[in-house]
Amino acid sequence: MKLTLKVWRQKDAKDKGRFETHQVEANEHMSFLEMLDVMNEQLVSEKKEPVAFEHDCREGICGACSMVINGQPHGPQKTTTTCQLHMRHFKDGDTIYIEPFRAKGFPVIKDLVVDRSAFDRIIQAGGFISVSTGQPVDGNALLVPKDVASKAFDAAACIGCGACVAACPNASAMLFVSAKVSHLALLPQGKVEATRRVRNMVRQMDEEGFGNCSNVTACEAECPKGISIENIARMNREYLCASFSSEE
Amino acid sequence: MSLTGLFLIVFLLVHLAGNLQLLHHDGGEAFNRYAKFMTTNPLIKTVSYLLYTFILMHAIQGWMLWSKNRAARGNQRYAVHVLRGAEGQSPKVASRMGWLGTIIFIFLLVHLYQFWLQMKMGVLPTVEYDGVTVNNLYLPVKEAYTDLGFVIFYVVSMYVVGVHLWHGFQSSFQTLGLNHRKYTPAIRFIGKAYSILVAVGFALIPIIFYLRYA
Amino acid sequence: MQLEGKIPPGQLAEKWTQYKSTMPLVSPDNKRRLDIIVVGTGLAGASAAASLGELGYNVKVFTFHDSPRRAHSIAAQGGINAAKNYRNDGDSVYRLFYDTVKGGDYRSREANVYRLSEVSANIIDQCVAQGVPFAREYGGYLDNRSFGGVQVQRTFYARGQTGQQLLIGAYQAMSRQVSLGNVTLFNRHEMLDVVLIDGKARGIIARNLVTGEIERHSAHCVILATGGYGNVFYLSTNAMNCNVTAAWRAVKRGAFMANPCFTQIHPTCIPQYGEYQSKLTLMSESLRNDGRVWVPKKVEDAKAIREGRKTANDIPEEDRDYYLERRYPAFGNLVPRDVASRAAKVECDAGKGIVPTGLGVYLDFASAIARYGKSKAHSMGLENPDADTIRKLGEEVVEEKYGNLFEMYEKITGENPYKTPMKIYPAVHYTMGGLWVDYNLETNVPGLFALGECNFSDHGANRLGASALMQGLADGYFVIPYTVGTFLSKEIRTPKFSTDAPEFEEAEKAVTERLTKLLDNNGSQSVESFHRRLGKIMWEYCGMSRNEEGLKKAMGLIRELREEYHKEVYVPGSMNEYNPELEKAHRVADFMELGELMCLDALSRNESCGGHFREEYQTEEGEALRDDKNYAYVAAWEWTDTGKEPRLYKEPLKFEAVELKTRSYK
Repeated sequence: MKLTLKVWRQKDAKDKGRFETHQVEANEHMSFLEMLDVMNEQLVSEKKEPVAFEHDCREGICGACSMVINGQPHGPQKTTTTCQLHMRHFKDGDTIYIEPFRAKGFPVIKDLVVDRSAFDRIIQAGGFISVSTGQPVDGNALLVPKDVASKAFDAAACIGCGACVAACPNASAMLFVSAKVSHLALLPQGKVEATRRVRNMVRQMDEEGFGNCSNVTACEAECPKGISIENIARMNREYLCASFSSEE
Repeated sequence: MSLTGLFLIVFLLVHLAGNLQLLHHDGGEAFNRYAKFMTTNPLIKTVSYLLYTFILMHAIQGWMLWSKNRAARGNQRYAVHVLRGAEGQSPKVASRMGWLGTIIFIFLLVHLYQFWLQMKMGVLPTVEYDGVTVNNLYLPVKEAYTDLGFVIFYVVSMYVVGVHLWHGFQSSFQTLGLNHRKYTPAIRFIGKAYSILVAVGFALIPIIFYLRYA
Repeated sequence: MQLEGKIPPGQLAEKWTQYKSTMPLVSPDNKRRLDIIVVGTGLAGASAAASLGELGYNVKVFTFHDSPRRAHSIAAQGGINAAKNYRNDGDSVYRLFYDTVKGGDYRSREANVYRLSEVSANIIDQCVAQGVPFAREYGGYLDNRSFGGVQVQRTFYARGQTGQQLLIGAYQAMSRQVSLGNVTLFNRHEMLDVVLIDGKARGIIARNLVTGEIERHSAHCVILATGGYGNVFYLSTNAMNCNVTAAWRAVKRGAFMANPCFTQIHPTCIPQYGEYQSKLTLMSESLRNDGRVWVPKKVEDAKAIREGRKTANDIPEEDRDYYLERRYPAFGNLVPRDVASRAAKVECDAGKGIVPTGLGVYLDFASAIARYGKSKAHSMGLENPDADTIRKLGEEVVEEKYGNLFEMYEKITGENPYKTPMKIYPAVHYTMGGLWVDYNLETNVPGLFALGECNFSDHGANRLGASALMQGLADGYFVIPYTVGTFLSKEIRTPKFSTDAPEFEEAEKAVTERLTKLLDNNGSQSVESFHRRLGKIMWEYCGMSRNEEGLKKAMGLIRELREEYHKEVYVPGSMNEYNPELEKAHRVADFMELGELMCLDALSRNESCGGHFREEYQTEEGEALRDDKNYAYVAAWEWTDTGKEPRLYKEPLKFEAVELKTRSYK
């Protein structure tokens, strides 16, 4: 299949950036990233600079791949990361627009690569359970109902890719933050510091320049792991309770 | 946003109930009495100041949110615009709440100038029922609603209000953290029914007036 | 020189406990004065950074990823072993130890493995406390499943994403230390050299991958937790960026590489489709709990399937060969990975492969679906359910257990594994070899430690499923926090090191020169193309089975390729910018040297054991033939110089608690 790619090129954060057009010969078994590999090999053979994009595990779990394909983070397939998107979902002769995640909280580093360290700082603000190595009791001393463990898992399945931010018209990071807040607040071991956690994480999220949630729900629709906006409601609840709480 | 929104949602129902008085075939007596009651009862008066505050708060908060969210998105837009929402959601409406709200705000200005301000300024003619003098608010209403331009303006505005509510109703519950696998579908259903009721209810009044008196 | 394993004295079961209570400590006040560099933020690196930070050391942690959470530990699917005996099925610390030593084909250190088994139970407790959402039963208790090479259920899991959940647990623990100021995080920094002062590891040279700046970082000791080198094969289940550079740079500075030829080939991966393919995808070993591996009995059936004239469903039951069940009745489909992989190769070599390339076998869930369907129907009180109902109910149960894996398979292949059997083939997955370390996890370079897959220590010649997560976390949470004290307790008077020292100067210069050379090369071929060629040589001659002739040939080919590489490679861009091609070029250059060493190691080990199968050394039935008399040792290689033969040191392996037996899963 012959494809026309309109790829975003941007030298660094300060550069204005522009689209560049490339023709690529692909086949349907390739993953989207393998198709980009072919394009890059082509560029290198012409002694041009290849397009920078982030990728690592190519199994849909590390969360490194981060591009917007035809206006959708991770492309048109539901609950699929870019690396797991296969070319059989495209047609011969298609034109594909490839852009970086666009949000103030995710400044572009180069081409399709953006800086997502804001997510790390949000986790550092409180996305953990304060337990040191060696302290715990036996794993079975803390009973967790199956459905609670399962719900916590659903939230913990977040891969931190940032597609929620990229998809949201407000560039809000609420889905990411709420997934972590939910994961930990649902489990008995995480309830102890739930108040402090949600307060600190939300504060950090605001400081990073992400927008607010206006319940557009594009985040859930584009999330490659299908994280539910139920988590956002849960975080809102936690946050309201924290606001009324007298705990520090 | 959600708390002020929810208050306004309740207000709209009361307002609609009151306005339905307009449809009595009594030359406006029921409506004018209701208007009098609404403007003189001290409790209602207090609530009405609360209402003005909430409308302003809702609008100002909304605009602030809108501008913050636009800033968060950055200057560069995607070349291809796709907006997909979660199942059963209306992302297009949700992403345009700022515009919809602004239209509603403009409508409100016109609406208030037309009826509310005139009453407050005391320029309305009066009418007497059982020895009590009341402002004849019915008159300017009838005048406006027999003008095709105004009727269209009102009907279109009510459509916008309905769309705004379509998202706003259930969204306020989500923002307050009230999302539940069992109850959320019911909330969504009520929200949609409510939006239709309010929009159609308000829009019907000018239409009926126009058909009746124009 | 005699390699000193520093195994503490005493009874096997007492060694670690006794050693812990007698080892030198560093007081809290002194810890604050000591700096530690941790390179890598996978399970081993993140857990080490978190634990050392909690202890009060000043930790600097480096990752080349944009976030520590991207490390490849995240991709581990199946689970983590622990000797909890929650199933009441006879598990114990000793049994986990025994299974691991036996699974490793008696090429690991007894004392290390015993310690690993001992702390395994603590890992589960630690992770639960951190909020890892392990699978639970209805009563709220932790659930288990079974993995290859064992006969008990000791594997804890979080759906098919156990690695992800454990890594996030460690990442969060580390993030907490970052917020407390005990750990400083350097993301998008790649370590390109280790700096030795007076023979001790005192810092690293790292490149800031965003700006391209070369940075110097000093510390009192350096911990490498930089994973394995499976990507030397180009195609593997490793993430694209996994590489040997950090470990290899340590080797170039004098650290020994141990057992580099011990590579794990995982039996259940999605077969290769085409030349352009960039990586292979693993299907969790847990699938072998319920999937049955088979090929057609008749070669002509296999040929018909390959040519698309028949499908799996056209082959009647009596014409299918469930070769693992046939050859290994005691363990059946759950034989260890090396055994299952080799068996698949034997069938495919015999012309029974079922994918167009001839390299693939079936993993079939039909029996499991029927079995689960019947049991579910029974529990629902359905009498005489029809076949469709059974199938539907069975598929539901299978979906609950493996849903995400089936989905992933379908995404990649476009085939529905509920209806047609999965197609699988072995692929490179893990490297048991790595930097040589003693019992303290310290390499032969004082002050340089290696944890997790980066070291060689616990898995011998073959790793059992669900043991990599266990080892990474054991090293990071429960071993290094103690053993680092054996080195640092002698350093409490050592002031902080200035990065202006001539050693830093020299190391930085060397790094800059290497990078400049690559950039100035101005050849005509891409880095990728060389990497692919190297991978082909490695897979062909140093893959699932090896022989003397092939290995010798491979060494020559690699040498030629390396020379060509340094003449012909083209690296675009410049040094002072974000330049992934440059990163890759540097990594591939190191792979080129490692590849040759792997072949040399494989050549010098004249026996078959675990993942190392030398065709010359096999039993009549085609099983691996070990030579305990001559090869029960760890081969530690010292790099002398490029072009010169590396020097071999042997650390003899002494077995006191277990008797060396022929590994049998029949």
